[in-house]
Amino acid sequence: MHQFQIDSLAGSLSGNPFAFTNSALWMMIVLAAIWLFMIGGMKRELVPGRWQVAVEGITSFVTSMVDTSIGPEGRKYLPWVFTIFIFILFANLMGMMPFGVVPGVHPFTVTSQFTITGVMAIISFSIVLIVGFWRHGFRFFSLFIPHGTPMVLLPLIFVIELLSFLVRPFSLALRLFVAMIAGHILVKVFGSFVVSGLTAEGLMGPTVALLSFVFIAGVSALELLVCAIQAYVFALLTTLYINDAVNLH
Amino acid sequence: MDFASAQVIGAGLAAIGVGAAAAGVGTVFGSFLQGALRNPAAADSQQGRLFIGFAAAELLGLIAFAVAMIILYAR
Repeated sequence: MHQFQIDSLAGSLSGNPFAFTNSALWMMIVLAAIWLFMIGGMKRELVPGRWQVAVEGITSFVTSMVDTSIGPEGRKYLPWVFTIFIFILFANLMGMMPFGVVPGVHPFTVTSQFTITGVMAIISFSIVLIVGFWRHGFRFFSLFIPHGTPMVLLPLIFVIELLSFLVRPFSLALRLFVAMIAGHILVKVFGSFVVSGLTAEGLMGPTVALLSFVFIAGVSALELLVCAIQAYVFALLTTLYINDAVNLH
Repeated sequence: MDFASAQVIGAGLAAIGVGAAAAGVGTVFGSFLQGALRNPAAADSQQGRLFIGFAAAELLGLIAFAVAMIILYAR
């Protein structure tokens, strides 16, 4: 569990609200990586190179997602959706990088902290609320009443829809945070099997170690997929929620 | 039964939910594949819905995992 611990690098954590932690450091590393990635592909060459194709692939992917979900008005919300997608993607991938081969360095997954994912989910949810009430006023509440609901069921449906609406930021934040925690714990547990298997006596230990190592290789590949899927799901659900606020069904 | 053993048994029971979510995710992708093979032309436009269903099924499994962790490390 040590990999999820937040340590202070400058200033003390007790009583001081502005300590520079390893979480902050890794957020800066993620930002630097995003900056390097984007700057390399923004040369606007007529015949794009490999790097430019990679950057344009990601931007056009997010753009088409926003366009198909929200429609022509979606372009206004594209900066936030793209920000959240690429930050989560890079933060997830940075946590999977094998920096541990350098002694004394270990990667920190920024998105494995509920505070970070919670803040991103709250910003997405605030955008939905602000846009919804700004554009539709109190007609925004018609979001909670599906078309053609019988009058008898109206109070019940309203309460259920309101609850499912209010639970959205929690589900958004919890999904990303738990997916990252679970993946890292799984790899960690089987990594400890490798270590204790190699130090054990007899033939059984090395066999278990080898099997665990093969399993870790497979799980790591799966985790890379999960990193991308979680970033995609977070951005996709954000666009769908914004679509609710913009178009009201 | 002392507290520690009850804790471990409870965490193990909570982990059943993760397996149930695995069945759910399998159903989502399996049903998508069934539909996609019958009408491949319509498959690409439904990819967003596929991942919404996947996310909803996966979330419940992850919540089961979180509950297992809370039970396991409760004091």
